[in-house]
Amino acid sequence: MRTHEHHHHDHDHHHDHDHHSPPQPDDKVHSYYQILGTAVKELLIEKGVVTADEVRRMVERRDSITPANGAKVVARAWMDPEYRARLLKDANAAVKEFGIEMPTTHLVAVENTENLHNVVVCTLCSCYPRDLLGLPPSWYKSKAYRARVVSEPRAVLAEFGTQLADNVEVRVHDSTADMRYLVVPRRPGGTDGMSEDALAAIITRDTMIGVAVVEPMRN
Amino acid sequence: MPQRFQEGDFVRVRDDYPIGHIRTPVYIRGKAGVVVKDFGAFGNPETLAYCLPTEKRELYKVRFWQQMVWPAYKGGPRDTVDLDIYEHWLEKAE
Repeated sequence: MRTHEHHHHDHDHHHDHDHHSPPQPDDKVHSYYQILGTAVKELLIEKGVVTADEVRRMVERRDSITPANGAKVVARAWMDPEYRARLLKDANAAVKEFGIEMPTTHLVAVENTENLHNVVVCTLCSCYPRDLLGLPPSWYKSKAYRARVVSEPRAVLAEFGTQLADNVEVRVHDSTADMRYLVVPRRPGGTDGMSEDALAAIITRDTMIGVAVVEPMRN
Repeated sequence: MPQRFQEGDFVRVRDDYPIGHIRTPVYIRGKAGVVVKDFGAFGNPETLAYCLPTEKRELYKVRFWQQMVWPAYKGGPRDTVDLDIYEHWLEKAE
């Protein structure tokens, strides 16, 4: 009987693998919160609050955002002192000039200088300027990064290959509330005469989180 | 609601441990810092998180010196950590 049911089950669901092959990656066990998230999503769809297509479109839009957005903003700030001033004063308005709308999020740009290095964390969860940098890297969400960058930032930065002089102030921004932080890295030497697009190409995600600096250009 | 603090004011974070959705990290409770920016009023996450009627609370950017936050801090005396703290978590400090 049992053998029969098992066979029947396989047949009805058109499983395209036999039960002797190793587990496939999508067979992983889901965590409590993944299951909770899926259950809430299904309920919202069932009750007509959102449609499956709206959820899919939002995920697709979120997945399509890359750090190139942030890099364009930083490159403009490097090129144009007036834009830089606008960005530091009202970052939401400044990024809107690039068509980046952040209606429910307050963006704050913090600038690295000769004497100050900024680095961003969210110790409580994983707040991140997603409209500018896309989805956060997994290490940004890890408990190790969140706990350590706030208490021993210089050691964490060194592990990322970023050595800072003792006289540079390291300032950690813990995004505990409604603000999201974007680091404006320092413009490195050897970049005079480069176009805004060429500058944007050397500005990476990690330099805008603040765990790295933009490398000088070597000719 | 009148603003309770101004930029440059010395403040101390309440050393309090209520249950709920608290956006004030435990590591900063009881620590003293200086208000560096007033962001204006925002909904209180402690009620917002439960979809309860909420009131606006002034939100401040507060700067703390790392050597005062972590007694064993390894790094320069100028190193700082900035947190965004709602007004009801702050008290005047000397």
